[in-house]
Parts: sequence; structure tokens; C-alpha cells
Amino acid sequence: MSTVITTPKNRPDPRDAAKDDSMIKQKEMMARHFDKITDAPESGQKVCATFVPGNLNELIMCFDFANNLPEVNAIQNGLRKKSGQFVMEAEKLGHSEDVCTYVKSDIGMMAKGNLAPNGKPFPDPDVLLLSYTGCFTFLKWFELLREQYKCETIMLHTPYEGDGKITDNMRKYMVKQLKEEVIPKLERVSGVKFDIDRLRENLRRSAKAEDDLVYVLESAKKRPSPIDAYFGGIYYIGPIFGAYRGTEEAIEYYATLRKEIDARIAAGLGPVTPEGPMGKEKYRLVTEGPPNYTNFREFWKMFYDEGAVVVASSYSKVGGVYDYDGFRHDPDRPLETLAEYCLGVYTNRSLPQRVDMLVDYINEYEADGLLINSIKSCNSFSAGQLLMMREVEKRTGKPAAFVESDLVDPRYFSAANIKNRLESYFQMIDQKKAGASIKGAAA
Amino acid sequence: MKSTEEIIKRCEELYEDLNFTAAREWKDAKPGRKVVGYMPIYVPREIIHAGGMLPLGIVGGGDQLEVIHGDAYYQSYICRIPRSTIELGVGGNLDFVDGMLFPSICDVIRNLSGMWKLMFPDVYSRYFDLPQNFNDDIGGNYYISELQELRQGLEEHCGVDITDDALRRSIAVYNENRKLVREVYAYRTKQPWKAAAADVYLLIRAGLVLPVEEHSQMLQDWLAAVDAEDRPMKDNCRVIVTGLFCEQPPLNLIKSIELSGCYIVDDDLLLVSRWLLDDVSTEGHALGNLADAFLHHSESTSSKYEPVETEKGQYLVRAVEKYGAEGVIFASPSFCDPALLDRPMLQNVLNAANIPNIAFKYAENSGQMQPIREQAGTFADSIKLWSEA
Repeated sequence: MSTVITTPKNRPDPRDAAKDDSMIKQKEMMARHFDKITDAPESGQKVCATFVPGNLNELIMCFDFANNLPEVNAIQNGLRKKSGQFVMEAEKLGHSEDVCTYVKSDIGMMAKGNLAPNGKPFPDPDVLLLSYTGCFTFLKWFELLREQYKCETIMLHTPYEGDGKITDNMRKYMVKQLKEEVIPKLERVSGVKFDIDRLRENLRRSAKAEDDLVYVLESAKKRPSPIDAYFGGIYYIGPIFGAYRGTEEAIEYYATLRKEIDARIAAGLGPVTPEGPMGKEKYRLVTEGPPNYTNFREFWKMFYDEGAVVVASSYSKVGGVYDYDGFRHDPDRPLETLAEYCLGVYTNRSLPQRVDMLVDYINEYEADGLLINSIKSCNSFSAGQLLMMREVEKRTGKPAAFVESDLVDPRYFSAANIKNRLESYFQMIDQKKAGASIKGAAA
Repeated sequence: MKSTEEIIKRCEELYEDLNFTAAREWKDAKPGRKVVGYMPIYVPREIIHAGGMLPLGIVGGGDQLEVIHGDAYYQSYICRIPRSTIELGVGGNLDFVDGMLFPSICDVIRNLSGMWKLMFPDVYSRYFDLPQNFNDDIGGNYYISELQELRQGLEEHCGVDITDDALRRSIAVYNENRKLVREVYAYRTKQPWKAAAADVYLLIRAGLVLPVEEHSQMLQDWLAAVDAEDRPMKDNCRVIVTGLFCEQPPLNLIKSIELSGCYIVDDDLLLVSRWLLDDVSTEGHALGNLADAFLHHSESTSSKYEPVETEKGQYLVRAVEKYGAEGVIFASPSFCDPALLDRPMLQNVLNAANIPNIAFKYAENSGQMQPIREQAGTFADSIKLWSEA
């Protein structure tokens, strides 16, 4: 069941909304990303497929691979309203309705011609770099793709931070896998000899871009927040979580973005939404979990229509945590830093660590509460979120709310239900704030 | 000599006792004793045993536990085993357990390890990682260090010493137990009409809550008793049931498969009891020997990466051949990522080898067995009527 949400007449048409330079730049980057992959058969460039969490783009670039990220493709298909048919196609092929819809979108897309957003077919990958980081499904996903493509598949096992810390044993294990398995196999498939100085250069560039990303994310501590760290955050993390980390283009993108944010701060402006600048900031939220992509704008609109801005989100840390504990790729420890990057991604952290992080975000960003968007097909995020919600409420005294949807399966997006819950939640925050002011006045 | 009926009756009592009275009695029998719980699929129980502690297998609440609290911790699209395990924890059924181990099976059990830390801070809770790299020098060394960390963690939290000598002795004790479990399975493969699948399940399941020595004696008694008894052979087909490695099916489901005309000649239930395929060496480096066994002589299952593409699912094909099975039943818990993501690949492998197979889902609290009986019965009929053999 879904509800059609109409745009009020006084709203500008989203297509007419002015675009910032960073938005235009990013759109061009995404177009180049897909062109690079789909042009590979002509250009002769080899293609490596890997995952966003644990994405070793700096290393992949050392072997001149184009980096194809299947989650990014699934997201694109979600945003373009194509994933629903792909998911159902995969289910027709025998995949269970219970499992991850990213996987089924990918499998369905393959069955339906494997077309990239630019309309050209994706080439078969030359290598699958199974960076098994923070998500069990990755392991099966690439076994499924290996079955189709029959290409070299390289496993990089990232141990889980079960006790909330990275141990020497974990780091050594990963470095050894990189040295003795991942790099030699990438050399063999690509025909390019590994050059550690090239890796160091890539890492240096990554760290530079990461500095500016963190500046942008932390700008949300200001009032009003100049960014939305969840919906807007999806765009901000695109280049650094994707195939651009470690490139000059990423550095330029984040420098441009930073300037724009500075300008918004100076002007006292809030985030830019698909319908232009957001109005008055009424609610500051921290979010946990991925968004829904099939109804992304509709979902976002439920927030900005109410003056709700997300000031920090866990999802924007799924491809790397740079703000919370200051991680930066370190060119002086090239393999160790890649290991630590993988180990530290959000979904590879223990539940208590994730709770700590959300509590700290609420306090540091002076948020009014926590909103969890629980994703039906993502157990890595979702299992345990109800306990997380209670813990965060208990420790912060701030209200939390829980909505459910899915990543790219439109059947699990119920606009009316979500809208109702959000409206109730905003009322709850109002009451809490009113209660606090009465108490304050009485004191 | 005890009869199989007497032995299975005792097993059934243990199975139904969600208060784990036997383990509680073991603990109370001597001051200072400790109990360490573990979840599927595999933990090296030898390390717990070597510290003089009781390893206690926790495999959810089954179909007899009313889950009230547990459902408040999970969304509807998460499998049953974590919610009934939480129910056991919150309900006090596990209040005597000093430690809990959560092996790397899937993201749900992984996250449950963190939930346990938050909910039961006084209990030693550990996510037990297993390597997905099977080279001695890489995954092996990592795993040895993990085992060492586990050993130290248990020593510190439970106040015990786990010496190398004790470990070697425990390995020998578990070698004996695994040998007997293999004999039970081999017996059923050979004469499934004499070893009902539900009986074998209960027999092996008793090993989750009993001291290993007592369980080994029970297995010996059963093997002696079963041979002395006679049961009529039915015109059933021979099947392997797979996908049952974590959340347990209701006992009625196992019985229903057999009642519908299928002898179960192999399964992946309670894999911890036979995860290691051969005896582990009792000489030299104990942890190294456990690591070697894990890397090179352990079961294949859906939560384990298969590094060689052409080997994917071949373990099932080989099992069909080895056990003379005529078909495979994929019985997977609803919302089980490992089983359900793996299933299409395994089915492709079986189809390529012309091995008949069917699939259905269950939950530990499934009550309606009629659809399963119909499906399994039709499968059995189709094998009997149209199989090339």
C-alpha cells in the first residue's frame, strides 16, 4: 500500500531547483564512472568488482582496474525505479523473498541485460575482490556472481570487531592476506606489477579528501545545520565511498563542497533539498540505518516539509568512519592502513560501539533524538536495532523512533505508515522540548 | 543393557528441559564449576572442557517456548533463533551460564554477541571469529591467535587454568565423542529403518547439555542397544536434508519427513558434534592441531566460503553418492541468510548432477506440518515412481 504525496503548488518544481557546483561536479563524476566501466571492452581496461564497505580503491587503482561497485548499481536502479522488477526477476529465478534486495537487484539486472545507467551493458568483471567486511551477504553475493562470471575471485576476510577494538592479530591477518594473496592475484589478473609508492600516493590523496569530508560532516554541529547528513549525506559520500577515493577528482570535489558549505554557514542557510534550500530548522535528528532508495525523495520530503534535518547518520559511515575516531588513510603504513580502514567501517563495529557512536553524535550535534530506519533486507544493520534504540534513549534521555522500509524493494515502502510515525515522532519531540522548557522555567 | 527406548526417553527429557536442569545439577555438584554456552555452528569445545567447565549448546527455544520478551527485540523479518535465545536469557533460563560464545555464522548471531554484552554485562560474551582464509600461514595463524585469546578470556573470566596438557586430554575425549557420533550416523545411513531420524537427532542433541564423557557413554549404549533390536524396513526413499545447521526445526518436522516416506540418511543438524571430520592430533601444539583440523578437515556449510569455484556444492553431490541418497531436501529457516542465499547455487549443482531436490522453509516454532508432509511425500513418490534407478 502506498500513498501519493502531492507537491504543494507554492513549491518550485524540483527540476528547476538551482544546483550547486558540487552537485553538477558529482553528476559528471558518476557519468564518467559508468562510462569508464562500460567502455572497458573498447578501452581495454580491466574491471574489478568490489563492495563499498571495505572498498580498497587505492589498491585497485594501482593495477589500473576500473572499479565496479554492485551496491552503487543497485542504488542507481532503486533511484531510477528499476530495482523492483529486477528483484522480482531474481525471485523468479529461485532466490528467496527473505534475502538481501541489493543482491537480487544485481542478479535481476544481469538477467535483464546488465545495463548500466548510461544504457550500455556492463562488461563482465575480470576479477571479483570479495572484501568480506561488515556484511555476511557479501560472501554469498560474490559466490553467486562467480557462478555467473567464472572469473578470479579474491577473498579478503575482515575480522569483526566483536570486542570493540582492533587487535594486532586482526591487523596482521589482513596485512598478510593483502601481501600474500590479494596483491599477487591482482597483479596476475591485471598484468600490472604492484608499486607501493603508487599506493602511497593514492592514500595521500585519500587522506586529503577525507579531511574535507569530515569538515563537511562536522559542519552539521552548527545551527542551523548547513547540511543534511543522511539524505544529503548520500551525495556527499558518493565519491569517497565509490571509485574516486584516492584521486585528484575527489580532492577537487570535496574542496568545492567545503567552499559551498562555508558559504552556507556564512549566510546562515540550512541544507539544500531537491526543492531548493530548506526552510527553518525545527528538528535535529541522528539517524541509524540506510535510507530507502526506491522512494528516496518522497522519504526525504517527509523530513524537510517538517523542518527536520539529519545532523549525523550512521549510514554515511558505512564505507568508512572518518569523523568519529579520526581515522585517515596513512601513506606511511600503506597495507596496515587499508586493514584498519576495513576493520573500522561502521557495520564491522560491535553493537556496543555503534550505540556509543550514536549517543556521542546525539550529544555532540545537539540532536533532538534518534530515528532508526530499519531495513528489511539488511541484517547487518537491522538485527539488534530495537535494543540500540532503547540504549540510546536511556543514555541520552532523548526520544527515539523506528520506521521500517527496504533498500531497493519498493514493495516494502509504505509512505503512509512512515509519514504517520514521523509525524507522531515530531510531536513527541515537541512535547519533550516543551516539558524541558517548563522544567527550566520552574527551576 | 538399556533399551533404545529408555535412552531416547532420557534424551527427550533433556530436549524438553529449557531450564537446563542437567547442566545446573552438574554445576551445583561441585563449588567453582563454570558453564559456558555456545551457539551454532561450531566452537572448539575442547578449550572449555580443558578448563574443567561444561560447554552448553544453546540452539534457541524450539516450539515449546513462548516468546514474549524476545519478540520485542527483533523485527518481524529476522529469524527465530535470536529472539528465543534472548527469551531464554531474559527469562532467567540461562542465569547459571558464566560465558556465551557466538560463532561467526551470520550477521544476526554476530549482532547478538553485542546484544548479550549490553544485556548481560556480567557474563563473559565473545564473538568467536572463524577464518575464511584456509592457508595455514594466513588463516591458520590468525585462528591460532583467536583460540589463544579465547583461552585467555575464559581463564580470566572464569578463574580457571587451561593448560596444554589438559587441552590434549580434552581433544582425545572429544575425538572419542566425534567417533561415536560418526558411528551413529553411519549406522543410520546403513539401516535407517532401525535408527529413526528423530531418535538420532535427540541422541546427538543430548550432547549439547551433558558432559561429553556421559554423552559418549550414552552413544555407546545406544549403539549396543539398537543393534539388538529389530524394526521393520519401509519402502521409503533415501534423502539428505540440508539447511538445518543453525535454527533447529521442530522435532515434528523431522518426524514428518520420515512419515512422508523419506529415510534421512544424512543431515546438517547440530554440526558442532561432527564439524571436525577426523581425529584431531593429540601430540604437540594443541591449538595448532585444532586450527589444522578446522582449516583442512572440517565440514562444508553455507556460512563457510568455498575458495574453489568448481568445488561449490560438491560436498552435497559427494554425500549423495557416499550415503546412497536418492534426493536432497533443502529445509531452511525463514530469513536465514546463509541457507537461503546459498540454496540457489547448491540447487544448480544438484540439478547439473541430476539429483532430485526440493526446498521449503520452516521456523523453530512452526506448527503446521501438513504442507511439509505433502511436499516431502510427493517428493518421495516422484523419486520412487520416476527415478532412473
